[in-house]
Amino acid sequence: MEINKYNAIVKKHTPKENILLNCLISFIVGGFMGVVGEILIELYAYYLHIPTKEASTFMIITLVFLGCFFTALGFFDNWVRFAKCGLIVPITGFAHAMMSAALEYRREGFVTGLGSNMFKLAGSVILFGVVSAYVFGILRIILMGG
Amino acid sequence: MIYVNAFIFCGIVCLIGQLILDNTKLTPGHITTMFVIIGAFLDSFNIYDKFVLFAGGGALVPITSFGHLLIHGAMDTVNTFGVMGLFMGMFDLTSSGIVAAIIFSFFFSLFFQPRD
Repeated sequence: MEINKYNAIVKKHTPKENILLNCLISFIVGGFMGVVGEILIELYAYYLHIPTKEASTFMIITLVFLGCFFTALGFFDNWVRFAKCGLIVPITGFAHAMMSAALEYRREGFVTGLGSNMFKLAGSVILFGVVSAYVFGILRIILMGG
Repeated sequence: MIYVNAFIFCGIVCLIGQLILDNTKLTPGHITTMFVIIGAFLDSFNIYDKFVLFAGGGALVPITSFGHLLIHGAMDTVNTFGVMGLFMGMFDLTSSGIVAAIIFSFFFSLFFQPRD
């Protein structure tokens, strides 16, 4: 089959996504996550009497816990299918990536399964985060003196 | 007011992610990685701090804050120990997120079975 014809067939059968609706949903869900984060920070700061900086750390731990918990229960995949980037871009997406890899490879054993595959999806975030932070840190030392 | 700012900022970051996801062939993994690098880039020129002041939790929830916290921790130790500080303090502030993700994933994977 000619390549053009093949491409036309592939294009015809690729499911069409409503880009505008997707964007609206991810804007609303993402914004809602941001508001939840802010509310959690203020709740922790108010009730535990800790500074805002530590309260934001507690908030991140809470969101990671919720992301892991609902992924483990099986709800989170459906929510991600609905909200897409509204839940992938917040820190819950990181937790979701790690938790689903852990669940999937758990049955292959502890060391060869869980241990070596847990970071399969989330590892790139850590790797490129560290590498880029290192490079930009060096740039910053050279340009601005630390 | 900060709730509105948080809603708008976090919503816009997710919107940009969704636009990239819909209009290119990149996977969600590419997008989160890209956002971490963007966060580290913005924070190395002190831009992300302004976002945090503006939107509070709204700027700390998206994955861009991960890059921001990496650079922030590294720069704190650079101020005390010089260039070697880059190696020492990078995980100081992000350790909570990473450790929480590892611990919860490990223990939940012991008790729960994958659904499909």
